[in-house]
Amino acid sequence: MKFALKFVAATVAIVCATSAMAQKGETVKMVRIDPLTGLLGPVGVSQLKGYQFFAEKFSGAGNPAGVKFEVTGIDNKLSPTESLNALKAAIDQGARYIIQGNGSSVALALTDAVTKYNERNPGKEVIYLNDAAVDPDLTNSKCSYWHFRFDADTSMKMEAMSSFMETQKDIKNVYILGQNYSHGVQVAKYAKETLARKRPDIKIVGEDLHPLAQVRDFAPYIAKIKASGADTVITGNWGSDLSLLIKAANENGYTGKFFTYYAGVTGTPTALGTNGAGRVYQVAYNHYNMGGQMDKWMKEFHDKYKDDFYTGATIRIFQTLGAAMAKAKSTDPVKVAAALEGIKVNSFNGEVEMRKADHQLQQPLYITVWQKADKKYPYSPEGTGMTLAPVMEYANYVSSTPTSCQMKRPS
Amino acid sequence: MEFFIISMLNGLSYGLLLFMLSSGLTLIFSMMGVLNFAHASFYMLGAYVGYSVAQAVGFWPALVIAPLVVGALGALFERISLRKVHKYGHVAELLITFGLSYVILDLIQLIWGRIALEFRPPEILQGPALTLINNSVKGLSVLWGAAPAELCSSADAAVRVVCSPFPATRGFMMLVALVMLMAVWLLLTRTRVGLVIQSALTHPEAVESLGHNVPRIFMLVFGAGCALAGLAGVIGGSTFLTEPAMAATLGPVIFVVVVVGGMGSLSGAFLASVLIGVIQTFAVAFDYSVASMAHQMGVPLSDAALNNSFVKLTLSQIAPILPYLFLVLILIFRPKGLLGTREG
Repeated sequence: MKFALKFVAATVAIVCATSAMAQKGETVKMVRIDPLTGLLGPVGVSQLKGYQFFAEKFSGAGNPAGVKFEVTGIDNKLSPTESLNALKAAIDQGARYIIQGNGSSVALALTDAVTKYNERNPGKEVIYLNDAAVDPDLTNSKCSYWHFRFDADTSMKMEAMSSFMETQKDIKNVYILGQNYSHGVQVAKYAKETLARKRPDIKIVGEDLHPLAQVRDFAPYIAKIKASGADTVITGNWGSDLSLLIKAANENGYTGKFFTYYAGVTGTPTALGTNGAGRVYQVAYNHYNMGGQMDKWMKEFHDKYKDDFYTGATIRIFQTLGAAMAKAKSTDPVKVAAALEGIKVNSFNGEVEMRKADHQLQQPLYITVWQKADKKYPYSPEGTGMTLAPVMEYANYVSSTPTSCQMKRPS
Repeated sequence: MEFFIISMLNGLSYGLLLFMLSSGLTLIFSMMGVLNFAHASFYMLGAYVGYSVAQAVGFWPALVIAPLVVGALGALFERISLRKVHKYGHVAELLITFGLSYVILDLIQLIWGRIALEFRPPEILQGPALTLINNSVKGLSVLWGAAPAELCSSADAAVRVVCSPFPATRGFMMLVALVMLMAVWLLLTRTRVGLVIQSALTHPEAVESLGHNVPRIFMLVFGAGCALAGLAGVIGGSTFLTEPAMAATLGPVIFVVVVVGGMGSLSGAFLASVLIGVIQTFAVAFDYSVASMAHQMGVPLSDAALNNSFVKLTLSQIAPILPYLFLVLILIFRPKGLLGTREG
């Protein structure tokens, strides 16, 4: 009798435990749709390595849900059209979690496609995890229940950047240069708006948009910037569009400051070299010298791939996804999406929150400056001997911006 | 003023790079009547071969070896495939070079990978060739090489000093293009070989009956054209970027150059490439739009019109498409090109 009772109790306990952890041991197939070829290919290739590196780290015991993450990449050649084909291919391969980041033009197409797909295919829903596309529209007028953004959007970054520029009294004439698509246009718009609010004395002496990932020769733009008398350039450029711009600035003797979003992205550190010391700033949600576990991971990543890890959103995606799956006790995107809303996770620099209203991750932002690597900030990307050293940290509430999103939740 | 000079130099150097490419294309076209669609691919091949050779033995040997390799490959292609389809007419020739451009693109991606290579110019070309110093008191002066820091800054805040260095890679690009122009021109007009080539174009039978091997002449001309593209590739690849899309971005522009300059005209190609280089560079500098022009002429526009994206479009934004606009205009108003002699 006693034995039987024990047996029943044990069985119940096991059943409870397994049903509580029904998702445990499941494989979560994720596909990253991003450029792996072309001018911006190096960025996508490096980031895909980051996903595969951290999928391994966060699998199994690495996440509270005990699931296994598996990430593969599909090349979208930075084209929205190709991305929709890639989305179809990813779904056919059985992926229910799509990751994308490079290019807000792609992100706008994908979020639309994912939303429509989910409406038409109940039971086969797909979640779209956005790690880098920062057009504010994605969490405002075009927000979607299935889209979650882990980077900070342009309005947040500009809020932090302009707060810092407010303290830099030597900035008088600003030139805004951007890529001619949604992202570049938004950067220009928010730069003008926040500067007018915080530093009305700053003059915008010029503004330009150039084709995305097409320009090989930025010398004419640099000549124009010099002629405008700008002491500071604000640019949202990334990848080759930033590294070639900086290269041209160095070759043509432009000595003003650069306020950038993506100075740490593949290729740009090399272009910056020692010339950019003290005058190239970056606003981002992480930097090279975060300390603690992050330093160890970055070193391990570097040893393994001879490459630099800079897309901290990768880590946060696995952390929040693991937490949400444990909370939902499932890997089913419908349940996970509900669990992701408003979830709070302790990440590499404190608590971050996936805001329920618009699915924008609320997180601290850093202003860093390009300078010589030293004892305090030792990590040096691409063997340059230089680093991005933090000069200012803005807590979640500083950069948090209101949203106009009217989220349509599945009933 | 220094803005004008620097922009002019930028425009000229870009234009001369275009000329290096289009000269080979126009040479092949005028001699053989073949419109070589794969020409920009040979340019890219030159950059990649140059990169590999430079890794092994240095930049200067690469500058000689890479064009020779590319030229030999071009001649080989002419010998084993282009010559075979010659008898089927121009369409077949066009299609085979079109196919070749895809083959080269994929081969390059297989061998060298899909992402950009770091093809560094040699140490001597990395600094500035000359520096323009604009001192608000002393005026404009030119200095060869890099300017010392004390010349570029002033202790007196009232004196504004701007230094504009002009990169040596670009200066070198201009130099090579000019030397090449002279060499090709002298070869074609002043030597026996040039005479034979020119006569083989118009009177192949007569030249053949005089004992010259006309197919071999064609093969050599094709090879030489490709070698010129290869030379441009080594210089262009090290100055800008060596990556698989470099052919696709320059390809259309060099066709614009040969059409605008006049099919088969070397001097026309020179004029057109310099013109397009300068126009494209200067267009970037101007922020004129329909809206600003209307404003200057005192024509009031409604708010709706001012917010129209076409009205707001500035010249600098459309700079990249200007060459194609130019192409369409030339085809409408002067189909034979600026200096072309050929009709239709």
